[in-house]
Amino acid sequence: MTTAVIAFRRAPGLRHLLTLLLVFALGMGVQASGLVTDIMDYWGDIVFLSQQHMVLVLVSGGLAIVTGVSLGILLSRPAMRRWAEAVMQVLNIGTTIPTLAVLALSMTLLGLGFTPAVFGLWLATLLPITRNTYQGLLAVPPALKEAATGMGMGSGRMLLKVELPNALFVIFAGIRTALAVNVGTVPLAFLIGGGGLGELIFTGIDLAEPGMMLAGAIPTALLAILVDFLVGQGQMWLIPRGVNPLR
Amino acid sequence: MITLDKLTKVFETANGPVTAADHVSMEVPEGEICILLGPSGCGKTTALKMINRLIPKTSGKIFINGRDTDEQNVTELRRGIGYVIQQIGLFPNMTIVDNICVVPDMLGWDRAKSRKRAMELLEMVNLDPAVFANRFPKELSGGQQQRVGVVRALAADPPVMLMDEPFGAIDPINREVIQDEFLKLQKEFRKTIMFVSHDIDEAVKMGDKVAIFRAGKLEQFDSPDNVLAHPANPFIADFVGSDRTLKRLRLVTVGQAMFDAPAVTEDDTLDRAAGVMRDLDHDFVVVTDRHGRPDGYVRQAVAEAKHGTIAEHHARLPVTVEAGQDLRTAVSQMFTHDVTWLAVTDSQGRYQGVVTQQGITHLLGKTYGAAATAGTAAAAE
Ligand SMILES: Nc1ncnc2c1ncn2[C@@H]1O[C@H](COP(=O)(O)OP(=O)(O)O)[C@@H](O)[C@H]1O
Ligand SMILES: [Mg+2]
Repeated sequence: MTTAVIAFRRAPGLRHLLTLLLVFALGMGVQASGLVTDIMDYWGDIVFLSQQHMVLVLVSGGLAIVTGVSLGILLSRPAMRRWAEAVMQVLNIGTTIPTLAVLALSMTLLGLGFTPAVFGLWLATLLPITRNTYQGLLAVPPALKEAATGMGMGSGRMLLKVELPNALFVIFAGIRTALAVNVGTVPLAFLIGGGGLGELIFTGIDLAEPGMMLAGAIPTALLAILVDFLVGQGQMWLIPRGVNPLR
Repeated sequence: MITLDKLTKVFETANGPVTAADHVSMEVPEGEICILLGPSGCGKTTALKMINRLIPKTSGKIFINGRDTDEQNVTELRRGIGYVIQQIGLFPNMTIVDNICVVPDMLGWDRAKSRKRAMELLEMVNLDPAVFANRFPKELSGGQQQRVGVVRALAADPPVMLMDEPFGAIDPINREVIQDEFLKLQKEFRKTIMFVSHDIDEAVKMGDKVAIFRAGKLEQFDSPDNVLAHPANPFIADFVGSDRTLKRLRLVTVGQAMFDAPAVTEDDTLDRAAGVMRDLDHDFVVVTDRHGRPDGYVRQAVAEAKHGTIAEHHARLPVTVEAGQDLRTAVSQMFTHDVTWLAVTDSQGRYQGVVTQQGITHLLGKTYGAAATAGTAAAAE
């Protein structure tokens, strides 16, 4: 558990660095081969598709956070104890399914377009949030709950004032993982008609047109970095200092 | 006042029923500390948690200040009882001051009022509010956290407190300090307290009453001195330890064992000193200075053999004790300085009397003598 958290804290820094190096190296090559002008030809598409892309991330990610946290809270309630582990097992099996397959299944159910894309992305993103919320809440020391109950705190108040704040770091770690998966999967949404920067990437590959492909790939990479940075900042500043190992 | 009436708890476990409390009846008068004492697993925690209904009882009744706890709203009941646990249970996400004000906030107290009280309470346990109020629990040492735990239980000024091995996780030196601080608080607040401990020394030090449990049964409910002097059965005698009489030394002050013995001054003659000793049947007499402070002593052999003033012939006192100190300190001083008696002073250092090894032995032995006589009388019937 702790090692996972530490590994997770270290990884993003490394990932940022690698991505930046990659972008830099690409930039050098691109400059040399005159690709910059090729890419800039797609500026209009880049702006339009980036917006679509971000809407996909925000809607599917936002829904996943809301439902994942709620589901995690629900499963952690004592009344649910008998079912919780079984539900978690099912969700765990869910993660072993490749995200592309999830999107394909979603298309089979809902057809082509924005809705099945959001649904597929939501499903692929849901699990880490639910799991971390559930486990984070279970890991709140029993002594804290006993102290709270003994002082006459009701269960709702205890959830808000004691349990969630003390599980918040683990919950945030789940959200960070989930959004990384989400942002990484969004380009695939194009394949089931969800739009987004995947359109430039895949079409570029099909037409063997590097300028077009990079016009999709570079903003996608930058967006992934931006999202991870924002969640990292959230983790840093939204979690109270007393329970925040980052501060 | 806390009253337990035939309180019983039976846990149904996979290995059959476990009786953790077996018709326990007792009463803790208002303003007193009652220590629930006994070996691990004897049911102390269970008894305590039935009072604030964290554990539902199987049968029996509990009254707090005459009110049946079953007839109160459970939330109200708990908010009216200060609760301290061994694991402390401070909320890591809240600052110290917010931790302290949890119950006042739930009760809807005015924020300024509860914060002010929190600051006062912190000060009373020697934690500077300016330094600690806005820290988080992880920024405090174990001892400091435990102090905050106690203060938090006091925050809403509940008449009753339940404490489950509150100082159990603290190192022995710090524990003594916190115990003393707590006794000082208690002197001021006079709460009615149930206090779980497995440490006989803590029980003797903190308790007005001690309730000793074995396997869910209340074996003896008595004053600390009586538990030590007259353990009700071999189990208790064994539990309180074969050195139980020595432990009683802590419970008696020097003042209680002291007796008056007139002193002489430096200007008196040795003849007068010899006269005083003959009257008292002592082989020494204390010499005081102009301010009435013990300054030395004269031995009988010297007074009988020589003449002149005391100023020329008195020996220095190696040490004195204060009347308010406990006998343990006095005996320890006697052993340290290889003497059989000590001069006793008041808190200003003025001579009060003397305490002797023989006097201490006699005082502690008196209660055993009385019991032996009572025992014989009972046997004769
Ligand atoms: N929830 C429970 N279920 C079953 N048995 C319990 C439970 N809680 C306590 N017991 C049993 O009740 C007895 C008393 O426990 P406890 O009150 O915790 O002892 P103490 O505080 O004196 O160490 C023990 O034998 C313990 O195993
Ligand atoms: Mg216990």
